[in-house]
Amino acid sequence: MSKVIKIKKGKDISLVGAADKSTAPKTLSSSFAIKPTDFKNLVPKMVVKAGEEVKAGDVLFQDKANPAIKFTSPVSGEVAEVVRGERRAIQEVRILADSEIKYKSFSTPSTMTAESIKEILLESGLWAFVVQRPFGTIADPSATPKAIHVSCFDSAPLAVDYNYSLSADGDAFAKGLEALNALTEGKVHLNINAKSENAAMFAQAKGVEINSFSGSHPAGLVGVQIHHLDPINKGDVVWTLNPQQVVFIGRLLTSGTVDLTQKVAVAGSDVKSPQYVETIVGVNVEAITVDNISNDNSRFISGNVLTGSNIGSTGYVGFFDHLLSIIPEGNEYEFMGWLFPSYPRPTISNSLPISKFLKKSFVANTNPHGEERAFVMTGEYEKVLPMDVMPVQLLKSILAQDLEAMEKLGIYEVIEEDLALCEFVCTSKIEVQQILSGGLDLMAEEG
Amino acid sequence: MKFLRNTLDKIKPNFEKDGKLHFLHSTFDALETFMFVPNHTTKGGAHIRDGIDLKRTMFTVIIALVPALLFGMWNVGELHFTAQNIDSFIIDNLIYGAMKVVPIIVVSYLVGLGIEFAFCQVNGHPVNEGFLVSGMLIPLIVPADIPLWMVAVATAFAVIIGKEVFGGTGMNILNPALTARVFLYIAYPVEMAGDIWVSGIKDGLVDASSGATYLGDLGVGKAVTVDTYNAFMGFMPGSIGETSTLMCLIGAAILIVSGIGSWRIMLATVIGALGMGLILNAIGGNPYYDLPAYQHLIIGGFAFGAVFMATDPVSAAHTQRGKWIYGILIGVLTVLIRVFNPAYPEGIMFAILFMNVMAPLVDNYVVKANIKRRLNRVKA
Repeated sequence: MSKVIKIKKGKDISLVGAADKSTAPKTLSSSFAIKPTDFKNLVPKMVVKAGEEVKAGDVLFQDKANPAIKFTSPVSGEVAEVVRGERRAIQEVRILADSEIKYKSFSTPSTMTAESIKEILLESGLWAFVVQRPFGTIADPSATPKAIHVSCFDSAPLAVDYNYSLSADGDAFAKGLEALNALTEGKVHLNINAKSENAAMFAQAKGVEINSFSGSHPAGLVGVQIHHLDPINKGDVVWTLNPQQVVFIGRLLTSGTVDLTQKVAVAGSDVKSPQYVETIVGVNVEAITVDNISNDNSRFISGNVLTGSNIGSTGYVGFFDHLLSIIPEGNEYEFMGWLFPSYPRPTISNSLPISKFLKKSFVANTNPHGEERAFVMTGEYEKVLPMDVMPVQLLKSILAQDLEAMEKLGIYEVIEEDLALCEFVCTSKIEVQQILSGGLDLMAEEG
Repeated sequence: MKFLRNTLDKIKPNFEKDGKLHFLHSTFDALETFMFVPNHTTKGGAHIRDGIDLKRTMFTVIIALVPALLFGMWNVGELHFTAQNIDSFIIDNLIYGAMKVVPIIVVSYLVGLGIEFAFCQVNGHPVNEGFLVSGMLIPLIVPADIPLWMVAVATAFAVIIGKEVFGGTGMNILNPALTARVFLYIAYPVEMAGDIWVSGIKDGLVDASSGATYLGDLGVGKAVTVDTYNAFMGFMPGSIGETSTLMCLIGAAILIVSGIGSWRIMLATVIGALGMGLILNAIGGNPYYDLPAYQHLIIGGFAFGAVFMATDPVSAAHTQRGKWIYGILIGVLTVLIRVFNPAYPEGIMFAILFMNVMAPLVDNYVVKANIKRRLNRVKA
């Protein structure tokens, strides 16, 4: 095996309620949704109307800027509702699923060429899973990436263990990797965890470059891995996927159907029995949490607690997510809480010794434990960002809307999730990801 | 707790928009958030946040200042009574010291917080915690007999010119407490120099010659033998909180262990001063050149400045590498100013302020190096 890349900075946040390695029987959810808001900078154009019948794999909407990029239904059934928000922007396309899923069939390419793979991925809607760096948008099909990176472990709090959740999908994963190899002239990097056992499907994958990483979160973040393997410079294009999505691609190329069945981890301290649930992309939360929530004041987060989105107890799991984190809301006053914390909370600061040194695992809530302030403390972000990027200076260049400085300071190398830990540790409670998001949008627009 | 919360909830509407007392909403907010961490929740992004906030950070610095403060109060009394050949107990010293020091602290906080609250009110900002520390630092770096009105004027100058005109805590270029000190030094040179270091001299209670400091003597070319033990412990005249290197070290330990103060800056400052001191020792020639390098660390305000002033995260260098350069230069400059410009005995004050101004430049070079690494990657 190649040498291990040690990630020295970072912080593992251990939360109560990690998903047990067991899977609840497939739930009979009837409601699913695909949310255009899950995709960065996407303006959708509807193809179907409410009331129409669709099969799994039928197009629901397209990218207005590039109609070749299609978004298809994960299940068969009736398009129940197109939910619109402010200025009629489409928020959700809901589908009432049949009890038995009917699949649209796609003809699988006989030879794996970049063109044939692109075509079937675009037609089937699986292209939307391919994320492009810089900026973290849906990949541009006309681009040729210099590499494709797949991180085979997630180091975020409560994250899914792909070794468990994909244990039955080894063949599809291998097939998916073959397809990725066809898409790039460069390497396909498979980044595995040096600290733990890796399933053979990862550790012995064929035709790819296997890199192993050790260290705390964010060692599992693909952005950090890219930075250490082959950093993104101006003009470079790199694509990223997670292993679950590689499996979807593999299934499509094997069976010719859009089969987005996946195990979703339902985890967090407000879950009675945290475990995996077998379901399909875009599932309604109620269906997979029924009778399993121990609190009536919880936050339902699609994704992990550092980067996910708040979808509420009746929302839908996001397109890219296979983790539902459910933690208590923190909407309570705490008497002198800044001086005498009344319960332990995750921290990197030695000034909270009980939390820092005596507690191993936390019931964390959504209280920010303080108010937003100007930048005061220095050197904090640097402790949790294992990249040669100066986070505070980058953020300040974004606040000043200085495009040249943003570029020089490395905005192409990061997306929001890479700086999520900086936001977590910030003494001044600055909305780091939101600021970065604004900078990425500005850069994508102007650059 | 419930009762307090209910009372606050009951009077809160008065301070909100259209309330009768809206003009005091910053003050109310500050007091409310002091007593209760707000019930806000995160909006998006990172849903959970670290337990640390600026209140706790600033409070930790105050804790770190307590040893220096208590010792300073004791020392004020001790010097006062010793100069009069009166036997005194710890408690006498503390009481006398408290009578001198507490009014200064009260004035400093009243004036500083008053101005801060007013600015926040006008600008619609929440009250920032920064002055909690500045308000404690200012009393510790003035002589015990300073007239209270001078404290008030200096504090007002520091808060308005040193901080608020730049946009408040986090935006200032100079360390506010040192801004107050340098204002006193330049605006009231007569009152801030000479035999002022033992409480009571002014009133004729104490013989003036007993109040000389090492730096004062060295400044006029006198050869001095520094009593290392007394200088380290702080049994010597000087500003209220600065004399004891030991107490500053306890403070430094609190800041470093809690991770609040930058050990890089503290260490770098010591290295800079020692290095420069050794170079001067090697050259030699007059009493000041010959002062053993390590003694620079224990006389005057060096230890206090290095631990509590140089490490102010806002006015120091912001980059990790920049902190080393910033600290070393403070140490070097402190010794240079002391030795080559004895008219300004307190070198560390000017050294820190000068480096506060230079810190953005230092950072600029560190950032440029980062940019260069990124550009070189493309070439390679």
